[in-house]
Amino acid sequence: MQIIDLLQSMMPMVLFYSAPLIFTAIGGVFSERSGVVNIGLEGLMVMGAFSGIVFNLSFAEMFGTLTPWLSLLVAGLVSGIFSIMHAVAAVTLRANQVVSGVAINMIALGVGVFLTREWYGSGQTNSITQPFYTRSVRFLSDIPIIGEMFFSGIYYIAYIAILFAILAWFILYKTPFGLRLRSVGEHPMAADTNGISVTKIRYVAVIISGFLAGLGGATYALTISLNFGGATISGQGFMSLAAVIFGKWHPLGAMGAAIFFGFAQSLSVVGRNFPILADVPNVYLIIAPYVLTILALAGFIGRAEAPKANGEPYIKGNR
Amino acid sequence: MKNKHWLILALLFAAVLTLGACGTADEDDTATDDATETDEDTTEDTIDFSVAMVTDEGGVDDRSFNQSAWEGIQAFGAEHGLERGTHYNYAQSDDAADYMPNLNNLLQQDYNLIFGVGFELREAVEQVASANQDTHFSIIDEVIEADNVASVTFAEEQGSFLVGVAAALKAESDEVGFVGGISSPLIKRFEVGYVAGVKSVNPDLDVRINYAESFSDEQMGRSFANSMYGDGIDVIYHASGAVGNGVFTEARNRIENNPDQPVWVIGVDRDQYEEGQQGDHNVTLTSMVKRVDVAVQEISEMALSGEFPGGEHIILGLEDEAIAVADTNSDAYTDEIREAVEEWKQRILDGEVVVPQTDEELEDYLDSL
Repeated sequence: MQIIDLLQSMMPMVLFYSAPLIFTAIGGVFSERSGVVNIGLEGLMVMGAFSGIVFNLSFAEMFGTLTPWLSLLVAGLVSGIFSIMHAVAAVTLRANQVVSGVAINMIALGVGVFLTREWYGSGQTNSITQPFYTRSVRFLSDIPIIGEMFFSGIYYIAYIAILFAILAWFILYKTPFGLRLRSVGEHPMAADTNGISVTKIRYVAVIISGFLAGLGGATYALTISLNFGGATISGQGFMSLAAVIFGKWHPLGAMGAAIFFGFAQSLSVVGRNFPILADVPNVYLIIAPYVLTILALAGFIGRAEAPKANGEPYIKGNR
Repeated sequence: MKNKHWLILALLFAAVLTLGACGTADEDDTATDDATETDEDTTEDTIDFSVAMVTDEGGVDDRSFNQSAWEGIQAFGAEHGLERGTHYNYAQSDDAADYMPNLNNLLQQDYNLIFGVGFELREAVEQVASANQDTHFSIIDEVIEADNVASVTFAEEQGSFLVGVAAALKAESDEVGFVGGISSPLIKRFEVGYVAGVKSVNPDLDVRINYAESFSDEQMGRSFANSMYGDGIDVIYHASGAVGNGVFTEARNRIENNPDQPVWVIGVDRDQYEEGQQGDHNVTLTSMVKRVDVAVQEISEMALSGEFPGGEHIILGLEDEAIAVADTNSDAYTDEIREAVEEWKQRILDGEVVVPQTDEELEDYLDSL
């Protein structure tokens, strides 16, 4: 019974923790599957969080309760556009993708903080008035045990994140576009020979990853921090990147990894209220998520194999 | 295989570089640059005294600690007709690596008095101060034993005691919550004072204490608050910097879902009324306000009049009006609570109640109740 209690109080937390990571990690999967390493996820999340908050603050009066959803969309679009920079550098100019990604991280944070100071005269914005709120799903939340666990006090956005993961799996594995995208990441020359434009596919993949990372950043800002400052996104992008690898470059795997991170995190919070773990010193609970992650990465997932052409710019006609 | 190496390398790189990026990405160096540029045109009609401060990682516009200190310096400057850039200024630090360069930079510009704002600057101030005996330094929230350093700390336990009183009166359940940042003797004073305040009013109330071991992990604050409010706790006091944002988010979310659920947050360092606004409702019961500006002004005045309290440890508390309890939320902060808080405040001022600062003192205090 105790385990069920524990799970019941944990699940909503797991989902709100994971949602931003799921979005961003799927974005990472798209980009890396097409052969473009995207270290810039963190920066793209920063951009998403920033534009989401700015839009929300500016238009809350006009759009009322619709504002958070529109903020999300705007954040995705802004980050999508922002990610073109990475695409240009990494695909067209064949720059080192890691360097370019790091540049994205630096520029995004710089631009975000600078504009916040310019526009709001302070290191962080005000709190938004129209954030996302948790809701309980009608009828479904009345189901015993499961209803309490998965359908009450949950952000709808968490369901959307999971839906996106499934959708991403479908696109990558069941559509011609997905096949092309993966082939470009595995063997661009073969794909090119078959008449697939490597450049075009990679551009699209990077922009999709920008869009999704923007959604992730905005989700974080609109559900948890409710404002934007230099430290709003601190490491979530890299967590997502880890989730991509942990999930073996598979959208559902990445989602699972993100949920696992959320699980480990909330275990460390909720756990201390339960008698079994009550005597464990605080420090161990705090480091638990990281230890679990390292163990999982080192022991349980087996060999993680990246797409073959990941990180290598494609030069036409070059063997 | 090559890819795998790349990824590992990339992750390391990214981690290192973005951490570094925090330091260089924004326009923080301008503060110190400004100062150097305008150094020439010293105005002669004003007094010959200059004061500067080095922020901690929060930055000068953190709406909290650093900003308050800077406001104190600005007020001091305005009062004496000083000019920014030549007679008063600040240097912003984005990470711990900036502390030393910032201090040295201000030192080279011959400031008479340099503040280190925040306990994180302790080591840096200590080093610079020992090498520059002629300049006066002051550290806020920490204690340094040196003849040219004035240490200022606050009696946070007094303010925490009073908000504990408010929490105990407001609570309808049999438990109240406390969310701490990184566990340290400093945050311990908040915790202990709070517990003492709560127990003084109602010895049967339990206090659930959670430390996030961070001052920035909002998700952690959110999770703690979720779990506390979920278990029926109705008042949470946070002493955890940005972690507290998560507590506010959770409280606001609960009010949105169920306006009748009694959830309250007690803010820290400054009046956090604004953070608690949810529609027509406000979840900020009160805030434990630390007037860093008062402290900075006071020390500056002393230094100006040649009575710089070097080597002394100044503790500012209720009697200096450097610690206060916010009463902005008049709907929640009822007259009954206000009166009780005033009453306890008077007792502390009269020395009738000595608020404990450590676990041992707390035990003795609770035994004496």
